[in-house]
Amino acid sequence: MMKIYIIWLRQIKRYFRSKSRLIGSIAQPLLFLLALGFGFGPIFQKAGGGNYIQFLAPGIIGMAILTTSLFSGVEIIWDRQFGFLREILVAPVSRLEIMIGRTLGGATVAVLQGIIIFLISFLVGFRPKVTFWPLSFIFMFLIAILFCALGTTIASLLTDIQGFQLIMNFLVMPLFFLSGALFPLQGLPQIFIKIASIDPLSYGVDGLRASLINGAHFGILTDLGILGAVAILFLVLGSYFFSKMEI
Amino acid sequence: MRDNIIEVKNLTKKFGDFVAVDRISFDVKKGEIFALLGPNGAGKTTTIKMLTTVLHPTEGQIKLNGFDVVEEPTKTRQSFGIVFQDYSLDDELTAWENMEFHGVLYQVPKEVRHPRIEYLLKLVELWQRRNDLVKNFSGGMKRRLETARGLLHHPKILFLDEPTLGLDPQTRNLIWSYIKNLNKEEEITVFFTTHYMEEAEKMADRLAIIDHGKIIIQGTPAELKEKTKTQSLEDAFIKLTGRQMREEDASPIDRMRMRRQAHFRR
Repeated sequence: MMKIYIIWLRQIKRYFRSKSRLIGSIAQPLLFLLALGFGFGPIFQKAGGGNYIQFLAPGIIGMAILTTSLFSGVEIIWDRQFGFLREILVAPVSRLEIMIGRTLGGATVAVLQGIIIFLISFLVGFRPKVTFWPLSFIFMFLIAILFCALGTTIASLLTDIQGFQLIMNFLVMPLFFLSGALFPLQGLPQIFIKIASIDPLSYGVDGLRASLINGAHFGILTDLGILGAVAILFLVLGSYFFSKMEI
Repeated sequence: MRDNIIEVKNLTKKFGDFVAVDRISFDVKKGEIFALLGPNGAGKTTTIKMLTTVLHPTEGQIKLNGFDVVEEPTKTRQSFGIVFQDYSLDDELTAWENMEFHGVLYQVPKEVRHPRIEYLLKLVELWQRRNDLVKNFSGGMKRRLETARGLLHHPKILFLDEPTLGLDPQTRNLIWSYIKNLNKEEEITVFFTTHYMEEAEKMADRLAIIDHGKIIIQGTPAELKEKTKTQSLEDAFIKLTGRQMREEDASPIDRMRMRRQAHFRR
């Protein structure tokens, strides 16, 4: 446990020492929240969907967590380039412990950013409707774990930062747009719903919505189950690739 | 006779068509100080990497402390410590935090860890700077911190890849006397590579010279001088490996490139 803790602690320290990352990763979701929230708000209302900010905020929280989590994998590549990865890889620590420590570290940071977006959306009019809304923190955490593990897994296979960023940009947008973060899945063409249902973020956004404003598409238990299972899958996959890693 | 703590048989590493290490075999006894010498690019670092589980051998077998390095990497890792040739510190952490991180990963109990960190940081004269971020350190300071970190957990086998490269003679002496002491008091086996021949002659119980991926001779420093009929180890070394200058060791980026080429060829 101490080993996982120290790996976690290292990432938290690094994060808080880098102010630019703190601010930089909030800017994009904030832009989406404000531009789309106010831009599409009136149309959404007219179409009978109700208050769009109410609907959008959980999706944007999910997006903020998705982006930060996936990109947290880049630290593996930094560590490789600065040599610190060797220090970790020769240590008598199981690869699963490394994976869990890193994922928890990245996830903590991502959840913090999710909470910041949550607070900001509160300022622009978002109000949780559900009495058990703190449940949303569990969903934030699950989304973060899942995508941190995925980001770290991908990063463990790569050696250059540019390549990683390309792949991540290629992943983030489809994952985000197909997740139903921006629009309700109800009433969409069947094919679209099929695609959305293989996007893990759909279940995250759905879970957030269920625990914040009600109106789940898949159902809260399905959301929990699928997020948990996929997160474990990526953790195991990541630690497998870690065990194959060479320096 | 003492037991072997390192046993290497027919160890080979190829990067694509390039054979970096070519069927080498050697043993190191428990409690021994063993040096691996060789010109730049001879295969020293590649060998150490395979011994320390971060590079998978193409062929051959390595046993460390009784464990097969490929089959039981975690148990192997519990048996050794390593000081790398180039930096492996976290720049964004302080000197103390780097030490603490290492100590926790290697499960050194707090009561031992904290006094030992203090002792080692004082030994390498970084105690005053313990709360500074490593990114503000000079090259020599980083090197000293790195060495101190490698000594923190008193492993059964200590690997040192050019441990004193770029250190001034004072620090080099201090570090070596600490290592000698560890070797004697805790029976820690030391395996090191170096460019300094007088260092190898003075410190090593036995040594091997590697060139073009092959071990060309091994034995005690006295035996080597006798076999080559030379006065000093330096003369023996030059006699065996020739006067020609060598390519520098492949940088990490070169190695990545090599690996990528090897990967795409598959």
